[in-house]
Amino acid sequence: MDNNKKNCIAQNQSQEGGGLSRRDLLKGAGLTGAALIAAGSGAAMAQTPSLQAAPSRIPVAEAFETLTSAESAALDAFASRIIPSDDGTPGAREARAVHFIDRGLTGAMAVSRDQYAVGLAALDSLAMERGGVAFSFLSASEQDAIIEAMTQNAIAAYPMLNAGFFNTVRTHTIEGTFSDPYYGGNRDFVGWALLGYPGVRIASSADDVSQGSALAPSRQSAYDMPAYTKDPVAGVQSGGANHGH
Amino acid sequence: MATEMPRTDVVVIGLGAVGGVAVLPLVNAGLNVIGLEAGGWMGTRDFAPDEIRNNIRDWPQAVPKAKNEIPTTRANINFEAVQGGGHPMMNGVGGTSLHYWAQSWRLNPWDFKTVSETTRRYGANRIPEDSTVEDWPFSYEDLEPFYDRVEYALGVSGNAGNIQGTLHAGGNQFEGPRSRSYPMPGLRSSGFTDMMGEAARTLGWHPFQGPAAINSEVYGDRPGCFYHGFCDRGGCHVAAKSSTAVTTIPEALKSGRLKVVTHARVLRIVNNADGRVTGVEYLSGNQVMFQPADAVLLASHTYENSRLLLLSRSKEFPEGLANNSGQVGQHYLSHHQGAPVIALFPRNLNNWYGLPAQGVAIDEWADDNFDHGDLDFIGGGNLWAHTDRKPISAAKMSTFDLVPNWGAKWKAFISENADRTNASYIQKTTLPYRGNYLDLDPLVKDRLGLPVIRITAEYRQNELRIAAFTQDRMEEWYRAAGAVQIIRAPLGSAMGTSTHAYGGTRMGDDPATNVTDRFGFAHEAPNLGILGASVMGTSGSRNPTLTAQALAWRTAEHLVANWESIAG
Repeated sequence: MDNNKKNCIAQNQSQEGGGLSRRDLLKGAGLTGAALIAAGSGAAMAQTPSLQAAPSRIPVAEAFETLTSAESAALDAFASRIIPSDDGTPGAREARAVHFIDRGLTGAMAVSRDQYAVGLAALDSLAMERGGVAFSFLSASEQDAIIEAMTQNAIAAYPMLNAGFFNTVRTHTIEGTFSDPYYGGNRDFVGWALLGYPGVRIASSADDVSQGSALAPSRQSAYDMPAYTKDPVAGVQSGGANHGH
Repeated sequence: MATEMPRTDVVVIGLGAVGGVAVLPLVNAGLNVIGLEAGGWMGTRDFAPDEIRNNIRDWPQAVPKAKNEIPTTRANINFEAVQGGGHPMMNGVGGTSLHYWAQSWRLNPWDFKTVSETTRRYGANRIPEDSTVEDWPFSYEDLEPFYDRVEYALGVSGNAGNIQGTLHAGGNQFEGPRSRSYPMPGLRSSGFTDMMGEAARTLGWHPFQGPAAINSEVYGDRPGCFYHGFCDRGGCHVAAKSSTAVTTIPEALKSGRLKVVTHARVLRIVNNADGRVTGVEYLSGNQVMFQPADAVLLASHTYENSRLLLLSRSKEFPEGLANNSGQVGQHYLSHHQGAPVIALFPRNLNNWYGLPAQGVAIDEWADDNFDHGDLDFIGGGNLWAHTDRKPISAAKMSTFDLVPNWGAKWKAFISENADRTNASYIQKTTLPYRGNYLDLDPLVKDRLGLPVIRITAEYRQNELRIAAFTQDRMEEWYRAAGAVQIIRAPLGSAMGTSTHAYGGTRMGDDPATNVTDRFGFAHEAPNLGILGASVMGTSGSRNPTLTAQALAWRTAEHLVANWESIAG
């Protein structure tokens, strides 16, 4: 655990031009363990007995397209305070909302890329001032205090940490947690389970509707359904092709 | 130089909800028609149940013409107009009828005679002083045959309330007489709509399932609704929604006399020295084309209808085509359909697979269906409780000021209540006023360098008083159904962009106050017809599409019947 954490902090350090002393680094590593225990859900801890697995809240196997490692760590911590998993049920972290945001920022949400760059860097700088560690290594209550101050536009030293940035992250975290899994979030349908939404389906009968959230979850993406794949399907033509104009 | 295309009888600009309807009577009469559409074809496989794509990212598959020309908005001339939000319309064959809610109402007879009926019943001083409202140049009865034709040509489901003067329980008791029933019964009810209907009856009201251009059963070669829950800004994956892309346009194509030209971005309408229009200039890729025609029907939605006229300047029309009167852009209004009441119930409503058009309507408080003698407004609102729910929008639900909007308490709140909330949809009588208008923005341009439309408009006291009054009625209804928390949205101020946008080319007999005559042809350019809600002078308290479609059919039939005098 400590090696990976140190690597992570070292990356932060190198990106920010080296504001950390060796003492800060060790202090940060020490805080990390406590913060992790404070923030981690019982279920998450139970599933991560090995030291190696603990920091891979965001598995390295799935690369980010635009977010740096420091940005993704800060954003994951932020998102998981918006929809936490302290109660033992999955939240934004388990839904991997950050992967949704990362993908979105390369395309449909690109207009927000600069806001994320500026805001997430400021979050880490503020955390460094307050606790000597990156935002993701603050305790949950310390993170919550910063987020609460953001919603009040009450962080004078970092005006980019304001309600506008909070709303952007909140909106995208919601979208990443509750969208179709095709977009990289809502992993294993944890978001839809949280809401009691039984999932996308082609049709619903009156009986289905009367069962409501007791209906067996469909557990499929829209794009698991052959009707909506974009691959050419023999014998199926899309609307306009029939008309020949 | 523009590349000139072979001449045709009629060119229709825009193959959406109204242009897509008008082509059918034209080709049926033997006319050759070219439809210019900025977007392309989309089919059922493009219509996935995907909230991100449909509702959050606003149809990235569609041609984004409209999104590059978003109107600017300001409440009045004391503000600078700014672009905000998006453009409510989409480009594609079928236009916004591809993904609209498909509520397909007829207007109430009162909406055609607001001035004379108000004067008769309450006195002329009850018409708001600053309003420019006029009676329509014809009555509901004159439009009834065209409502009927469109309902059957498209496929509209609903339960009739008044057939030839005989009232029928289960339908709208306040509707104007219809010549026959709908071609299909109304959409099915749900536990929630049954609950709301029962609550309304305890109040002495008459609830009913409103009409929708959505099949409730097999109609022609299209199936009934599958109720999968992605109808709001969603195209129909089984073509049960009666968009013009799957109804009148394919029907017209069968004749061989309709040619659909997709990805055609119209630049201007051209006229000659006699003031008659001669054709349409459009952009295809980066090539400028000219399509000559004997008649032109402009059907590009309210904002673009006014914009294209104002952009089509010539020696004969220096202030824009058909605008020597200065009336293009006047009498504009955005329907007051916001200011919802939001309710929280103590149990799940099972609305995950609902749709906006599946709901319960209350018409007791709409139009002039109740006595306004002691009230300080005219008109009213149609109350609509519907079943639509999708996961992202559900998670963004109101917190009713009970919890913060993030963190553990919020998570527990939405987990418990995601399926327990409902937001009303109340459409209100909205009037045209002096000082509310459309013109070309002096600063903001689209990507071709052409100015976008500027909306200068705000709601006035009449709309705000209806909003407050109908919020009271809505809360009463929700409480009767067992709601435990109620939130009311603010009543509204500036009129923003809206799908329900009216006026700018109003229809009327007086050329000094109206752009088109009673049949929809421009007073100043007689072979130019204008289709859409831009010709409507009142909104009514219900969705405009079916009325705009009935008017389009009527304009097309008038062109056919008077071909020599109009186009000859």
